[in-house]
Amino acid sequence: MADLSVNKTRDYEPTFGDYFALLKPRVMSLVVFTALVGLLVAPASLHPVEAFAAILFIAVGAGASGALNMWWDADIDAVMRRTAGRPIPSGRVEPNEALAIGVGLSGLAVVMLALATNLFAAGMLAFTIFFYAVVYTMWLKRWTPQNIVIGGAAGAFPPMIGWAAATGGVSVEAALMFALIFMWTPPHFWALALFVRTDYGDAGVPMLTVTHGNKATRRHILAYTFLLAPIALWLAMTPIAGPVTLIVAIAMNAWFLKGAFDIWRRDEASAEADNFKAEKSFFRVSLIYLFAHFTALLLDAGLRAGGLI
Amino acid sequence: MELKATHDLHKRRFSRNLGVALTLVALIAVIFALTVVKVSRGDAMQGFDHAVRPELTTSEATQ
Repeated sequence: MADLSVNKTRDYEPTFGDYFALLKPRVMSLVVFTALVGLLVAPASLHPVEAFAAILFIAVGAGASGALNMWWDADIDAVMRRTAGRPIPSGRVEPNEALAIGVGLSGLAVVMLALATNLFAAGMLAFTIFFYAVVYTMWLKRWTPQNIVIGGAAGAFPPMIGWAAATGGVSVEAALMFALIFMWTPPHFWALALFVRTDYGDAGVPMLTVTHGNKATRRHILAYTFLLAPIALWLAMTPIAGPVTLIVAIAMNAWFLKGAFDIWRRDEASAEADNFKAEKSFFRVSLIYLFAHFTALLLDAGLRAGGLI
Repeated sequence: MELKATHDLHKRRFSRNLGVALTLVALIAVIFALTVVKVSRGDAMQGFDHAVRPELTTSEATQ
């Protein structure tokens, strides 16, 4: 009977892990880390239980937006080698399940963050989910080669939300933490696009490498890395930073700029010849770059709490 | 129709159901801990509830 179709059995029974994979756990770990730093360096403190709940529900909100992204992008995820194994394109989870989990967890995360901390932080979380799932995933990703630039804002919000959870507002320091991730995202992803460029091309995603070529992408990487350095140094001179952040900012930005300069100088022939060695190295440095800055902020906060600076 | 105590489906879904159950228990624990913290600190436990309630506002005299 048609109305019993809901009882049809599947060939594969999804596990809890399949549903958890919808939340993009690796992205979530970065969100947890940056939101935690934003919360801990803020000039106000939460009860540890409230802080734990705040980070948990910021992470759940980020995961929910990841599930919505996977629901919408299942068609292009299936084409790209890097994403073909995700739960929906591999057939382990139905698209509607991802949508339900994404919407349900978004609501839960926003309401719980409001109850645990304050309405301002919850509003920012709701906006971040909207920005990532709708503005980036639905509107910009398939439309403009600047998708990464604007989409990077979604990934830049967590430290600001963490700060807002603790203080009930935002400030220059929170905005600079946002700007650091925002300006870091394009060079990070464009370096990746240089050495996995065929994937984005096959999926029809207008990555800068596809629309404007690798030469323009190399120029863009250098330009954004140049713009990133003063933000990192400015952040290092704010009251939430200290000597550790300043040293890290100087060293990491010099290293990052050198990598961007190396990428800019190369042509395709030399990049192909050594299998994109400089691009892959720059990508690895970019991961260390962000981790180092936020760890340094945390260390300075620790030194300050210990009365050492 | 006779209800069967266990079905193959139950076995196949056991680990998933266990995961959901543990997640829900963890959520309950977080909400309970939050409640204990907020109540013991004496946070506002009443809101305006769609009606103006002057007793919840701080009077000018106490500011």
